[in-house]
Amino acid sequence: MCADVTVATGGPALAGSSSLKANLRRAEAKKRRTAFMLTLPLLAFITVMFLVPLIGMVWLSVANTAVRDYMPKTVAAMATWNGKELPPEKVYAAVGEDLTVAYKARTFGRIAKRLNQEMPGVMGVINKTSFRSSKVTTPPASWKDELIKIDPKWGQMPIWNLLKRQSSMFTADYYLAAVDMQVSPTGHIERVPSYERIYIKLFIRTAWMSALVTALTLALGYPLAYWISRMPPSRANLMMIAVLLPFWTSLLVRITAWIVLLQSQGVVNSLLVGSGMVSEAARPQLINNALGTVIVMTQVLLPFMVLPLYSVMRSIPDTYMRAAISMGAHPWRAFWRVFAPLTVAGVGAGVLLVFILSIGYYITPELVGGQSGQFISNRIAYNVQQSLNWGLAAALGTILTVVTLILFLLYGMITGKGKVSLA
Amino acid sequence: MAKDHNDAFVEFDRVQKTYDGESLVVKDLNLKIGQGEFLTMLGPSGSGKTTCLMMLAGFETATQGDIRLDGRPINSVPPHKRGIGMVFQNYALFPHMTVGENLSFPLEVRSIDKSERESKIKRALDMVQMGEFANRRPSQLSGGQQQRIALARALVFDPELVLMDEPLGALDKQLREHMQFEIKHLHDSLGITVVYVTHDQGEALTMSDRIAVFNDGRIQQLAPPATLYESPDNSFVAQFIGENNKLLGTVEAIDGETALIRLDNGEVIRATAVNVTSKGQKTLISIRPERVEYREELMPPGAQTLDAEVLEFIYMGDIFRTRLKVAGSDEFIIKSRNTQGQTRLEPGQMIKIGWDPKDARALDAQ
Ligand SMILES: Nc1ncnc2c1ncn2[C@@H]1O[C@H](COP(=O)(O)OP(=O)(O)OP(=O)(O)O)[C@@H](O)[C@H]1O
Ligand SMILES: [Mg+2]
Repeated sequence: MCADVTVATGGPALAGSSSLKANLRRAEAKKRRTAFMLTLPLLAFITVMFLVPLIGMVWLSVANTAVRDYMPKTVAAMATWNGKELPPEKVYAAVGEDLTVAYKARTFGRIAKRLNQEMPGVMGVINKTSFRSSKVTTPPASWKDELIKIDPKWGQMPIWNLLKRQSSMFTADYYLAAVDMQVSPTGHIERVPSYERIYIKLFIRTAWMSALVTALTLALGYPLAYWISRMPPSRANLMMIAVLLPFWTSLLVRITAWIVLLQSQGVVNSLLVGSGMVSEAARPQLINNALGTVIVMTQVLLPFMVLPLYSVMRSIPDTYMRAAISMGAHPWRAFWRVFAPLTVAGVGAGVLLVFILSIGYYITPELVGGQSGQFISNRIAYNVQQSLNWGLAAALGTILTVVTLILFLLYGMITGKGKVSLA
Repeated sequence: MAKDHNDAFVEFDRVQKTYDGESLVVKDLNLKIGQGEFLTMLGPSGSGKTTCLMMLAGFETATQGDIRLDGRPINSVPPHKRGIGMVFQNYALFPHMTVGENLSFPLEVRSIDKSERESKIKRALDMVQMGEFANRRPSQLSGGQQQRIALARALVFDPELVLMDEPLGALDKQLREHMQFEIKHLHDSLGITVVYVTHDQGEALTMSDRIAVFNDGRIQQLAPPATLYESPDNSFVAQFIGENNKLLGTVEAIDGETALIRLDNGEVIRATAVNVTSKGQKTLISIRPERVEYREELMPPGAQTLDAEVLEFIYMGDIFRTRLKVAGSDEFIIKSRNTQGQTRLEPGQMIKIGWDPKDARALDAQ
């Protein structure tokens, strides 16, 4: 009883209020440590499997190692060259010696590949020069004459400008290429010839097709989410399970099913022809084009729209609409003035979520997109697997990642206000 | 106020309602509500009060029967054309609109021009003493303030009929009592008809002109508060409203208004025959605690007396509550005011209690 009174009057607490704070801090710190320990395995996993590759990708998109690593003497010799006229003899000598070593070490191919990405045709020059200079047994009187004899290109400026540019550690070339630009032989930044411009077009197509898919999922998902959200809880849960059902089916299986439905001899076309709505000759092309990509992606991404919409709508009680109607508003008007504005956060979240997922989509456009339904991701994969231009793939990937990240921050701002949860 | 209940403003005529096609939530409801009346639907949870209100508002359809408003059947009138004001338990103020916009909504819907809208909004807000709050959002208001705004919004378009479904359910006791007074005051000054739903009997008793006690989808009794409290028609009403002592027995004889009842312990007492018709019938006698006297000098002439044993004495400040064992029942309560010189009964004490036989009502045994 006595002890109670002293605590209640605040005697000790007042006297030691700073120690109270210290105690609190210690207790909190312990809690934080525990939380950190519990998430440590996940943090480690994310670091190794996600962060490291991400950093690696960004590095690849700007790194310029081929010339620095395999032509070290040339890089050193060119450091003092002004780049206005042909370089002095010692630079020619450095090139000759570097390529001789590179030929023996079998690394000349990498130099050739890298330089060829920036100036088509250089590959042959490097290959030839490597081979021939490695056959030079005694150091020639003039490496300059020797090289120009091997290939007259060594007597002109462009290849030297290229070597100079490629001798720096970092390059923006890949990013330029990712937006259909290049550095001209004279060192100016210019657009690539029109027949080579593909990436800007692909970025725009990726964006507008994603927007179209987003709009379609919204148009289909909004009424669906509204309908489910007005059901009694037990039925609503059942319906939501139905909405989420596709998640338990492999994406590949679903896409295959769509192919069966949409191909030119497929179910939909057969029905159209069978019912006489279209003639045999005029079977519409529903797949392996942009249309196919849009149809399949809309189906695949619909749950991601319904989920946030439903979560927001569920929290809006019936009484709002009833109140509005009792005040004399036609149900449509009540809907637009009262219900719809309250779902804006859910619409924002759903739209961003679907758009973010869309712009990074790969597998669906790859399988049903044909030529006109390709997304930027498909081109990234091409550069990784076919053309082996990893720097360009990394630059494209980095651009895509940054755009996604910005959209995701926006999404976080909308959902962070506690209005939308995906639980 | 004089209310003419024959000239019904709202009328439920043999209304039935079922949600699932199996059980009737509202069974044969007949109710006439006069113009300007304050009628309360009172009843336990699930007794169908909200359902009745929603049928009147048009959000639920009656499975059977007619609902008439001002003489016209409204079964086929959509809810937005009924012109009925509504106040909901959770207020249902639109969170994305300011208080002013909330009040403006029913006026805009009616295409009332801006200047008139503003004057109506101001008048409605002043009516609930919330004049300065027009630019606030509902989330910036306390529960009681939101309640007032909801009230103002239901009244701003001058409806003749206002429905309120447990409008004060979310408020604390003190605020609730204050708002009861204000709603009653608004009702009196505006002359509107109010149908009010509550399961708080105190609220119903203080506010209403008449109370319809609901149970099991039926109106058990429809009467002014005093009648309901003092002359309950059946044992449900007696037990639902106020505190009530029950004595179980069998009818021995009935002589007009008076019945002789043999209690379960063999004693025979006189009571008012309300809900008993024949000899041998089981009955439940209901007596209000405050009508029981234990001081012989204060008992009314011709009082019915019984022996009692004091079981418990409870001090409650302004009153004393004493629990007694009477005729086999040990839940018999008497109440006495804490006046100067009032005796405090001791547990174990044997006393004699008595009451006017008019106050003992022989009701159905349920
Ligand atoms: N939409 C509905 N669908 C099915 N049954 C319903 C529905 N609304 C109410 N009920 C049922 O009808 C009965 C009466 O409900 P109602 O809401 O009218 O009761 P109430 O008297 O207002 O109760 P409370 O005091 O708890 O609000 C309850 O048994 C309830 O379960
Ligand atoms: Mg209710």
